[in-house]
Amino acid sequence: MKRILLALGLIASFLFSFACERKGGPGAGGSTGPIVIGYYGDLTGRTSNFGQSTKAGVEMAADEINKAGGINGRPITILSEDDEGRPEKAATVVTKLIDQDRVIALLGEVASGNTLAAAPKAQAAHVPMISPSSTNPAVTQVGDYISRVCFIDPFQGAVMAKFAANTLKAKKAAIMLDFNSPYSRGLTEFFEASFTKLGGVIVDKQSYTQGDRDYKGQLTAIRSKNPDVIYVPGYYGEVGVIAKQAKQLDIKAPMLGGDGWDSTQLWDLGGDSLNGDFISNHYSVDDPSPAIQKFVTAYKARNGNVPDALAALGYDAMQVLADAIKRAGTTEGPQLKDAIAATKDFVGVTGTISLDKDRNAVKPAVVLKLQDKKYIYQETIYPEGMSAPAAPATTSASPAAAPASSPAKAGATSSPAKAAADTTKTEKPAPSPK
Amino acid sequence: MDTFVQQLINGLTIGAIYALIALGYTMVYGILRLINFAHGDIYMVGAFVGYFLAFELGFATGPSLLGLSVVLVGSMIAAALVGMAIERFAYRPIRKYARMTTLITAIGVSLLIENLFVAKLGAAPRAFPQLLSEKSYTLFGNAAISKSQILIFAVSIALMLLLQWVIFKTKVGTAMRAVSFNLNSAKLMGINTDFIISFTFALGSALAAAAGVLTAQYNPQIDPLMGIITGLKAFVAAVLGGIGNIPGAVLGGLLIGIAETFVVGYGQNVGVPTTFRDAVAFAILILVLLFRPTGLLGSAVQEKV
Repeated sequence: MKRILLALGLIASFLFSFACERKGGPGAGGSTGPIVIGYYGDLTGRTSNFGQSTKAGVEMAADEINKAGGINGRPITILSEDDEGRPEKAATVVTKLIDQDRVIALLGEVASGNTLAAAPKAQAAHVPMISPSSTNPAVTQVGDYISRVCFIDPFQGAVMAKFAANTLKAKKAAIMLDFNSPYSRGLTEFFEASFTKLGGVIVDKQSYTQGDRDYKGQLTAIRSKNPDVIYVPGYYGEVGVIAKQAKQLDIKAPMLGGDGWDSTQLWDLGGDSLNGDFISNHYSVDDPSPAIQKFVTAYKARNGNVPDALAALGYDAMQVLADAIKRAGTTEGPQLKDAIAATKDFVGVTGTISLDKDRNAVKPAVVLKLQDKKYIYQETIYPEGMSAPAAPATTSASPAAAPASSPAKAGATSSPAKAAADTTKTEKPAPSPK
Repeated sequence: MDTFVQQLINGLTIGAIYALIALGYTMVYGILRLINFAHGDIYMVGAFVGYFLAFELGFATGPSLLGLSVVLVGSMIAAALVGMAIERFAYRPIRKYARMTTLITAIGVSLLIENLFVAKLGAAPRAFPQLLSEKSYTLFGNAAISKSQILIFAVSIALMLLLQWVIFKTKVGTAMRAVSFNLNSAKLMGINTDFIISFTFALGSALAAAAGVLTAQYNPQIDPLMGIITGLKAFVAAVLGGIGNIPGAVLGGLLIGIAETFVVGYGQNVGVPTTFRDAVAFAILILVLLFRPTGLLGSAVQEKV
């Protein structure tokens, strides 16, 4: 008995000394030395394309900042953790980044479900977190330490509903959603509301779960309702297969999706079956605006592939964070989160970023058409109350903002020259960052 | 009506896949009274061997019938070897112990294979190259059947007929049936039972690998854990048909496939959410075990192989 007590005592004292040691870990809020920032994402799981792209974007931004002398003279160090795309793992690695590595801020995740699992940890520890691309509204509702640099699903869902109803003139839509994903459920809800408001009818709603292997049952049910369009707000892994099986069933209606489709693997899975489908996204690589082209060229040189929207958002998230640290003049959580929330008119790759009172970025979305492994720009849709910037003053490429002029997009095949009936939708290239 | 026919085709397609895998479960059970839980993972191994063969041999560039046949046969051979190795090194040394020991070992082997693949290749799904051109034919008005579905039907029927021939018309098949009746008596009759058991594993594994490559043409997403749920459903199919009974495994597979598809296709009309598709197979398992433990075709005079 005595021996056991002694052993327990030893273990306890060992653990205690270990715990004390952690306090002085790498990023421990000092004002000199490197600034340690945590990144977490899916690097090996079902949505690993998301995590890898975002990580590349974040690291590229950090390198550029370091090359320019760091933030207030201090270099940035990025610590990356893999959450395998699982919510419970996301919470664990974020806890580790906060408690053990003492990061001053967090960047991540892409999938809303994973961000929602990790955000309460950051909120409780008063460590600011910026999500590059989680679009579910609930993410920033977790608390005032959580913000994001992308638009949210009520807007993204409405964008596709508008595009379907106004541009494609669709009357009947069917929805195929990922039942367990907050992202997919959120988009479904908002698409349905907007599409119905615009006079459309939802003729069928089917669901699947991540990792399903056969979707023909649902697709056959949808086919029997004969919809004009099928809205599939899912992630690329499933969507690619759904597109393929839809084509096998001879379904001709185009599929519509969100930013979750954007990945190179989408094409490996879906191939030609994806031709003629449309997605809403954060930016278009074909956009001639200098800020985007500079980023695309630098990213290609660094990583050897074309950056998807997630890479661009990862890059922007890191830049917004660096800007906030600069303005706050400190890495203390409370001041830093206020500085992040005060971000206004920050010129990023994915547009001009201003955070609203709920710490969501207010940005336009682009609609892209999928054709032969390319995303072809269709139109830009602005949020309510934000009109297109009047006649951009850039010298190059952008023609006058007249709605009738066809978009000056490389490879824009169709010119859907619909007169902009409402102020929130304009035929024009993505806003130039002015 | 054409929706019904379409759902039936959809169900039969995945049913045929389940049937191919269920055959392996049922044959091994017939001979050793062992549920080989690693069998679902052999299906996954087959798909991955096919994936690497297609890339290594340069068939990944476009659809070709030659590429498809080479990949299919190659992965069947590779999986047969893997199946034999598992039997030789994991099951044979402990065959003389209680049956529970082998069962636990089977679960261990299954976990080993899965995690070995995750460790070596990562858990991220990969896209299987398309070896068959994409084309759909319509029948009965609006019901579409794709080339990959026709392939699944054709190959699985051919393999099942071949299996039937091996078991009933060849010397090895006769020996297999003898071993399944009584292993010790068969041994006394001069049958090399170790070889027969090895052969059974090879046969079952080759069928599972074929199922793996065929599904990959239908649904190009493959990952190291794809064998778990599919394997379990195939196991349910084998039990449903009467484990140890070969026509039963085929019947069970087709029934599970159709049941699952109909839950997805029509469940919503009667208030069953589509997410219940996986639950259905296991509900069927429970019902079968409660009311007809021998399965649909299993009976007192069942023919075991």
